[in-house]
Amino acid sequence: MAEEKKVYSRTKGIIDGAVSGFCPGCMHSTIHKLIGEAAEDLGKLDKLVRVEGVGCCGLGQFYVTCDETIAAHGRACAVATGIKRSSPDSLIYTYQGDGDLAAIGLAETMSAANRGENFTVIFVNNGIYGMTGGQMAPTTLLGMKATTAPQGRKAEEHGYPMHMCEILNQLTAPYYLERVSCDTPQNVIKTRNAIKKAFQYQLEGKGFSMVEIVTSCPTNWGLSTLDSLDFLRDKMFTEYPLGVYRDKGAEK
Amino acid sequence: MERNIMMAGFGGQGVMTMGKLLAEATSEATDLAVTFFPSYGAAMRGGTANCFVVISDDEIGAPVSYSLEDLIVMNGPSLHAFIDNVKPGGNLFINSTIVTDPIERDDVTVVEAPVTQMAIDMGNERALNIIMLGVYVGFTEAVPEEVIIKGIEHKFEKKPKLIAPNVDAFKKGLEIGKAARK
Amino acid sequence: MADRVFMKGTEAIAEAATRAGCRFFAGYPITPQNEIPEYFARRMPEVGGTFVQGESEVASVNMLYGAASTGIRAMSSSSSCGISLYSEGVSYCASARIPMVYVNVQRGGPGIGAIQPAQQDYLQATKASGNGGFRMIVLAPSTVQECVDMTYEAFDLAFRDENPVLVLTDGVMGTMMEPVVLPPMKSDEELKELRDAYKHRAIIGHPLGQQAYCRPGSVGTGQEEVNKEAVKLYATWDKDVRVEEFMMEDAEIVFAAYGISARISRAVIKELRAQGIKAGMIRPITISPFPYETFKNLDFNRVKGILDVEMSIPAQMRWDLDYAIQGACPIKECLRSGGQLLTNDQVMKAAQELIKEVL
Repeated sequence: MAEEKKVYSRTKGIIDGAVSGFCPGCMHSTIHKLIGEAAEDLGKLDKLVRVEGVGCCGLGQFYVTCDETIAAHGRACAVATGIKRSSPDSLIYTYQGDGDLAAIGLAETMSAANRGENFTVIFVNNGIYGMTGGQMAPTTLLGMKATTAPQGRKAEEHGYPMHMCEILNQLTAPYYLERVSCDTPQNVIKTRNAIKKAFQYQLEGKGFSMVEIVTSCPTNWGLSTLDSLDFLRDKMFTEYPLGVYRDKGAEK
Repeated sequence: MERNIMMAGFGGQGVMTMGKLLAEATSEATDLAVTFFPSYGAAMRGGTANCFVVISDDEIGAPVSYSLEDLIVMNGPSLHAFIDNVKPGGNLFINSTIVTDPIERDDVTVVEAPVTQMAIDMGNERALNIIMLGVYVGFTEAVPEEVIIKGIEHKFEKKPKLIAPNVDAFKKGLEIGKAARK
Repeated sequence: MADRVFMKGTEAIAEAATRAGCRFFAGYPITPQNEIPEYFARRMPEVGGTFVQGESEVASVNMLYGAASTGIRAMSSSSSCGISLYSEGVSYCASARIPMVYVNVQRGGPGIGAIQPAQQDYLQATKASGNGGFRMIVLAPSTVQECVDMTYEAFDLAFRDENPVLVLTDGVMGTMMEPVVLPPMKSDEELKELRDAYKHRAIIGHPLGQQAYCRPGSVGTGQEEVNKEAVKLYATWDKDVRVEEFMMEDAEIVFAAYGISARISRAVIKELRAQGIKAGMIRPITISPFPYETFKNLDFNRVKGILDVEMSIPAQMRWDLDYAIQGACPIKECLRSGGQLLTNDQVMKAAQELIKEVL
């Protein structure tokens, strides 16, 4: 009998046998897997701490095996600051959506980034509020319909989509900012590498990093899974170009 | 016996320092109960500054009183603002270099000392508050004079050069205070 | 006296917290409590602790939530309108049962109110410091020495109950200086032991299968259990009620006052006694849990009237007094607010009016 070699197993960062509660076609479950794998690669699952934002992000609490806490809406970066400053050996990430990070939590996000706090932000940007039911987010595209913008987002009334990687790139302190997606196997691998790089930088004490992951929300976009992938590539990536915005580690 | 003391003047005249020195020195060198309470205007500089010191051999209630045993006024506006707060039979200490208005009460003891001019004459302009503290202690014997001298030594621990001139200033004030007792 | 140190209330609180083992402080500038964060900014680096100036009160209290969830002794302070912004984080700490300590150096209110001292946050502090009907032990010092002792002890209470503890003081006590005797500095070994005891639930990372979590709520029906557990805790607080009865043996006129108002009342009571009036005082030291029994059990054949002395308009502790005595005797209010300080003379005048009415 030929020798069997295990080439893949599910990350221990996710509870054995757990099925995620996320909607079909949503990329949250993939991202959770990638976070678990990245921490496992670095041998740091036992140091991993998750600070969860409010909204769909909160469903991750039933899914992950690491220590975790839920921050008040928008406050994940403040909570992570408190944890990291009190427990510097922990590997800490916040997990936040666009409403959480860019609207209600904008001050906390900007200020933590500006202080160069040594933790990692995983920012899931799907351009809409998920769990509360499709309300307009700061990242909602112009013309995109939301339950609180039934005619679609209008620049003159709602302003324009906010670009968090670009905004944080105006600050001096952040060490690493990258925007990725999970729409193709290649992009999934890029996301995995980005998260791992951010974690590595944190372990080296480099300071603030953010991985923005542009994803789809078929449910609240009102599209099928496949159509939402088209929308993601045609519309979202145009507004939110993927790429590395800041990587102080690569500059040297 | 409880003494309620208020000190008032312009910001920059060292009013707070005078009150704090009296209170802190009393705390350190005696077993008396003592409180210090500062009261500032909203502006950081140049406004009015006043503070309250209470010294007692029993527990102290309010750290702020408008029924004063002693009032020290370092400028004109403070005289008019606070003179009515002095109890009948209380003491009023006046920086007579700049407070020249007549005192419209005859039921309080007035002790005048030209402390601004004295400080200038001593070549130590900023010491007007220490001189006034000397006048106050010399007149009232609210605490033994050694308590304040120790306090000055403690306050200027890190700038020992300033100890002697300030002790001198304090003693100048003491003389005036003691003389006024007679 | 050799052991006495002459300290400002705010700085005494900060030093006492440091000696109690506080190693994390986050706060945002607001008058009249700025000396607390400023003191921590100087002091924390000396003892290996952390000071963070938050970008807001909201951020600061959430930093506190994070820090305290790791098992470190953590504290914050603010004043009145700033404390309103703490509601969110305090409620989260109460829900997730995170031990932390915070201080309210009260000023005038509502709104931006006045930067000067007041006792305008009694109901907020004791009844609803955030959403969700949680409760806390609220300590109300009336001397700078009590500021020290209560802050020092607050951490033990917070960790015993795994619940927030509030020290409620005001701008007079925060700003005034008084001699204090400071408690001993907890050693690094002691602090390590304390932190280790909390390790199983600290949010710091654990080996697989030993996950620690800190959840300020539950999805589904679990929240009712959380609420029931909290009620079980609150039911244990009868033993924690602290109250001072001053000259109460034969008192016919009873002052009810806490914090700064109590120390002023005390001086007035002594004067009244000297005049032959049988006055006394009940001073709640814990305003939550409130000493209802002490008031309820008064001999109302003897006690003719209660003088509620507060630096708040409208009266706030009055609600607890009414609840405790259920109309058994008249209650008169002696109030100032908006930074107007109560003085001995004002309290004396109010007491004499009450005496005229009831004696």
